[in-house]
Amino acid sequence: MVKRLLALLLLAAIGGIFTTLVLGYMPDAELNNTARYYADHTAADIGSANLVTAIVITYRGLDTLGEVTVLFLAAAILGLVLARGRRQVQARRELTPVGELLTTGSRVLVPLIMLLGVYVFVNGHLTPGGGFQGGAVIASGVLLLLLTDPLRQFAHTLIAAVESLAGVFYVAIGLMGLFLAGGFLDNRFLPIGTLGALFSAGAIPIIYTLIGLKVGAEFSVMLSDLSDTEAL
Amino acid sequence: MMIHLAMATGFLLILIGFYGALSNRNLLRMIVAFTIADSGVNLVIVAIGYMPGRTAPILDATVKAGDAAARVIDPVPQALVLTAIVIGVGVTALMLAYAYKLYEKKRSLDIAKFTELRG
Repeated sequence: MVKRLLALLLLAAIGGIFTTLVLGYMPDAELNNTARYYADHTAADIGSANLVTAIVITYRGLDTLGEVTVLFLAAAILGLVLARGRRQVQARRELTPVGELLTTGSRVLVPLIMLLGVYVFVNGHLTPGGGFQGGAVIASGVLLLLLTDPLRQFAHTLIAAVESLAGVFYVAIGLMGLFLAGGFLDNRFLPIGTLGALFSAGAIPIIYTLIGLKVGAEFSVMLSDLSDTEAL
Repeated sequence: MMIHLAMATGFLLILIGFYGALSNRNLLRMIVAFTIADSGVNLVIVAIGYMPGRTAPILDATVKAGDAAARVIDPVPQALVLTAIVIGVGVTALMLAYAYKLYEKKRSLDIAKFTELRG
């Protein structure tokens, strides 16, 4: 009881801080210097219509490489932690059938979901999409497949190959930027093209496609690892 | 006004998440609570990037490259939140895996049953 009271007191204090923050907040009328630089220079320097993509892939590209690495580490640790559970799963467990609606529905929807995922990451430099979003959409298709058949085994070697190759090519493109253009992950060793065209913004569509494949593969591995765990 | 509403919603989600994490003893419920707090933080950051009367940071026929600085909202918080969401998924997956391992050990998700580190 005392514990709950303490928790409520703590929450009230934090809530008080939040209230003053909200009440005292005035939105800026002008962009700050960093954002102004990005808004002014993206079109000429990067050629990407989506400013967020330009920041994520080029201006702060190194951070995104780190982010992809963190995601890879999370997937790897997940596989490591759950590895023992997976070996025991060989003794197949009995499952209730999932029903006609889900089976047929997933057959119709999964190809469309995959297509949407590819569309989202290929158009990452033009629309509010990108590799991470597209990869998550692809993984949601994998989740639908797992829902229809929780015991489904995916081609682990294929997924691992896609993931590693995407990572290797990502770093290779970063190095090409270092040697052929201005710096690591510089997208301008390919022609920038016209703003708003599909083949524009230099290497950004390629990088985002690689990220999309990598993130999709990593999320799929995570989902299938979690799904492979034994019912306790 | 809209911006304060979005920000207040985000802070409220953070508080709900904290309350859930503090008051629940079930590990799965705590993970859900952390995810809710996570969404709240993301909502607050996106709300900070919003500026009244401006549009999304995407250049097209209506937002020309020349006057972009006067027409678009701050793209930096959006890039930050994009990163935060992805890392949040990784953290949630790890928490779920550890919860599974803890359950495997004690056959219980009650946090009070795990007393090994209690002084």
